[in-house]
Amino acid sequence: MKDYLTNHLTGSWYEATARERITGLLDKGSFKEFTGPTAREVSPHLKMFDLPVAFDDGIIVGRGKVKDHPVLLAAQEGRFMGGTFGEVHGAKLVGLLRYARDNPKAPRIVLLLLDTGGVRLQEANVGELAVSEIIRALLEARAAGVAVIAMVGGRAGAFGGGGITASCCSRIVISEQGRTSVSGPEVIETNMGVEEFDSRDRPLVWRTTGGKTRRLLGGADAYASDSIESFRNAALRVLDNIPPFEMATLEREQARLADRLGKFGRCHDTPDIWKKMRIAEADKIADLSDDDFKRLVEAHQEANHEAR
Amino acid sequence: METLDIHRDAAKRAAGEKLDAITGVVASGNLEVMLERVLEGTKCEVHIKTSIAGFDEVWHAVIEDFIERWSPGGLRISVNDGGARPDTVSLRLAQGVSLMEAAE
Repeated sequence: MKDYLTNHLTGSWYEATARERITGLLDKGSFKEFTGPTAREVSPHLKMFDLPVAFDDGIIVGRGKVKDHPVLLAAQEGRFMGGTFGEVHGAKLVGLLRYARDNPKAPRIVLLLLDTGGVRLQEANVGELAVSEIIRALLEARAAGVAVIAMVGGRAGAFGGGGITASCCSRIVISEQGRTSVSGPEVIETNMGVEEFDSRDRPLVWRTTGGKTRRLLGGADAYASDSIESFRNAALRVLDNIPPFEMATLEREQARLADRLGKFGRCHDTPDIWKKMRIAEADKIADLSDDDFKRLVEAHQEANHEAR
Repeated sequence: METLDIHRDAAKRAAGEKLDAITGVVASGNLEVMLERVLEGTKCEVHIKTSIAGFDEVWHAVIEDFIERWSPGGLRISVNDGGARPDTVSLRLAQGVSLMEAAE
């Protein structure tokens, strides 16, 4: 039973809870949680809606080591209220990022294990404020020389403020199951109609927002298989190449996005993009094995860049 | 939301030295169980907050069974429930006690 409870290293990232991801990601015994569940810093808002709280408000923050690299990390629990940013949830992440920003002796790496639908609707205004504070603290931490790595592969993906937060990071690691965007499929369909986007068309959803598409277009910088071990290795890989947070990097990012819009802005679906990129397997990206997909990514310049 | 507080004396103190542990997630059909080694002797407290009203009897039966089987003396156990079935509750409680058995 002990092994079953503690051996998370080979487990699926998608299926794991936020705490299991941390256990598998960090060196054994290295994790120290800040404001853990026994502090009982729960949402002060959910009781108004007669909803149950979680002792950690759906996010775990702390420090530990990844293969002897000291890191700070935050892990969202996508199954509690969709991993959403409530007031306490947001404050814990802001605190972690400000700690990294203000303390040169603190770990210079922050891992954000994002798994979120965005702002918690029941805490709308304070949730929105939290996201703004997170983005500001994240960029200030980067400016202070901290590498902030987003890791996306949970069932909630990284949407709304979570999608914006991911895009502000130094590097993004994603798996096929991971999805990033701002407006989620249901939100687009509700606002623009089913002809614009059919949220029940799962292949469409994944080939638009999914990890393979994001990686191939350069929206994510490393591709992980759906295992905690693969995420751990991918995070270590991207650490070797963290773009400095300076004007030249931002200008490269601006140029990269303008170039992408110019080349692919008129495409209606992702296979159209892949054809323009002269990818032979344009209609079969979803069927490629992880290894074949990684080979494909290495061969295409859109995917690999010094911007961010 | 419904709140239940159950106080019992267990047969013996819970094994292990870990001071606290948490397992499970507050989600539909799931629950989180937090255990803290803070009580004297063989005292055991279980504090439950559940989103589903009207199942006091079932909760009492599950908790009595758990205390008898696992003897979690010295533990304060706090549960946030999102409507888990009794078998899931039993499983989480057992997982929690197992986690507490580790050395600190």
